[in-house]
Amino acid sequence: MRLPEGLVAVVKSDCPTCRLVEPVLAEIATHGHPVTVYSQDDPAFPASVAARVDDRDLAVSWQHRIQTVPTLLRVENGAEVARTEGWSRADWEALAAVRPLGAGLPAHRPGCGSRSVDPALADGLRVRFDGGRLRARRVEIAELEDEIEAAYERRWTDGLPVVPPTAARVLRMLDGTTRAPDEIVAVVPPDLVPVTVEKVAINAVMAGCKPEYLPVVLAAVEAACTDSFNMHGLLCTTYFSGPVVVVNGPIAAEIGMNSGVNCLGQGNRANATIGRALQLVVQNVGGGTPGGIDRATFGGPGKYSFCFAEDEGGSPWTSLAAERGFAPGTSTVSLFAGHGPSAILDQISRSPESLARSFAAKLRAAHHPKIVVAMAAMLVVSPEHARVFAAAGWSKARLRAELEALLLLDGDELVRGAGGIEEGMPAALAAGQRLPKFRTGDLAIVHAGGGAGLFSAIIEGWVAGEKGSQLTTREVRP
Amino acid sequence: MISSTSGAPSSAAEVQTQTLLDPTSERRPAGRARVARPPSLDGRVVALLDISKPRGDVFLAHLAELLAARGVAVRRYMKPTFTKPAPADLRSRIARECHLVIEALAD
Repeated sequence: MRLPEGLVAVVKSDCPTCRLVEPVLAEIATHGHPVTVYSQDDPAFPASVAARVDDRDLAVSWQHRIQTVPTLLRVENGAEVARTEGWSRADWEALAAVRPLGAGLPAHRPGCGSRSVDPALADGLRVRFDGGRLRARRVEIAELEDEIEAAYERRWTDGLPVVPPTAARVLRMLDGTTRAPDEIVAVVPPDLVPVTVEKVAINAVMAGCKPEYLPVVLAAVEAACTDSFNMHGLLCTTYFSGPVVVVNGPIAAEIGMNSGVNCLGQGNRANATIGRALQLVVQNVGGGTPGGIDRATFGGPGKYSFCFAEDEGGSPWTSLAAERGFAPGTSTVSLFAGHGPSAILDQISRSPESLARSFAAKLRAAHHPKIVVAMAAMLVVSPEHARVFAAAGWSKARLRAELEALLLLDGDELVRGAGGIEEGMPAALAAGQRLPKFRTGDLAIVHAGGGAGLFSAIIEGWVAGEKGSQLTTREVRP
Repeated sequence: MISSTSGAPSSAAEVQTQTLLDPTSERRPAGRARVARPPSLDGRVVALLDISKPRGDVFLAHLAELLAARGVAVRRYMKPTFTKPAPADLRSRIARECHLVIEALAD
């Protein structure tokens, strides 16, 4: 909508400053400068100006991003070349090239908020004027249909209610990223569907995310849809695991993620909804539905959302992101295929050697005490346990090396049949050998949890390495 | 009086509550019709695909014996890992070399 040449003012009669400047607008016109006035609330205002335009639908105000009334613009060759907001004699004189102006008026008077930014109207205006850039199919909900029930009936949910994805909410969600709505983020298994930023935003709305979480969700979707993470296989497996999202870097605190008390539990919006958004994308866009492609025997509650931040500030160790080669200050999302957690209870050990042995004893039992080499795990060390290692000068690398040594197991105890248990390693691989519980790189270690509690946690993993799922990290981009 | 557009502003609430954006792929996975079953196995080559699950080979070995006893040609294949779809190369080799495929799952 092109503006007319010359001077353009946007006003509303409800604004005292607009009424104050009404004689000024008429005064400018008497000097032979054409002035067009757009009126937001009363097409008869200002009566003293002939060239009035009814902008009660706020189309012009919205399109020209009017924040304050009065706003005075100078338009040359169809383009805005100058703008001033509120009343300032000096600014109006300069912009109108008429001097003096507004004799008898105060030198300055601030304006009022434009109706186009009125919180009660802004969402509706946005949908009307910006909704066209959303490409998703519109689903009409009958007037008497409950939106939340409608989402259930269309199988869009994970079993919990979802926030209805209206255009207004999706547009607000898209404010969380600088990426274009139609940018392809990834190709989502199992149906191998290219997913756009907009589709991720729709599912993020449904999951309950705030717009500032969207960059984390986008990075999680990117990480999930890689050959290394192998979301397809993780989805199909009869095993327990699902995607576990670990967030590192400044974004975790910026969006209020929990890395402390109850960080693997309920109660924090970001933790609860980011992991959920990822799972909704996989379900709704990828087509990975429980009982369909998802063939888990049991699954686990973490498949609703399993997402937490590493406690970096309180950690004596290098972070997971730093270990994976990311510079300090970089925000990352790491995806691990896992489930749990299961507890390591050790309230007595005060030496790192003893505590490491406790860790190893429990880690050995992960998956099955006689299954080694093939699977992955993530060890979440609590602040009170980490303090034991830090006081003795143990780095994370030292702990890992000690655990590797403690978890180099006697193959004769692992072979099928040993200990009266038929499950175990094939004799050809294990008999007479020493085998590692985890291959190098298949045991991740992070620091998180509340400040009180001599416990740590094991998030047991799925099949490790190239034949299963590898820990996969992506940078969070704005 | 000039009018730029007609009508009062539409209700924001009306726009928000009546229309939802589809969160799905907006497509059903392309359904592909199955090839008709052959009336007999005479002159056909059967692929036996081991997906690398434990004991799948035992099951397939038994099938191979039964098919061989009926004079049916059999070729054996194996996926590198059961956790991922069969690589495209393997799928195309099976399609090139065989008429039918039996994929075995065992645990």
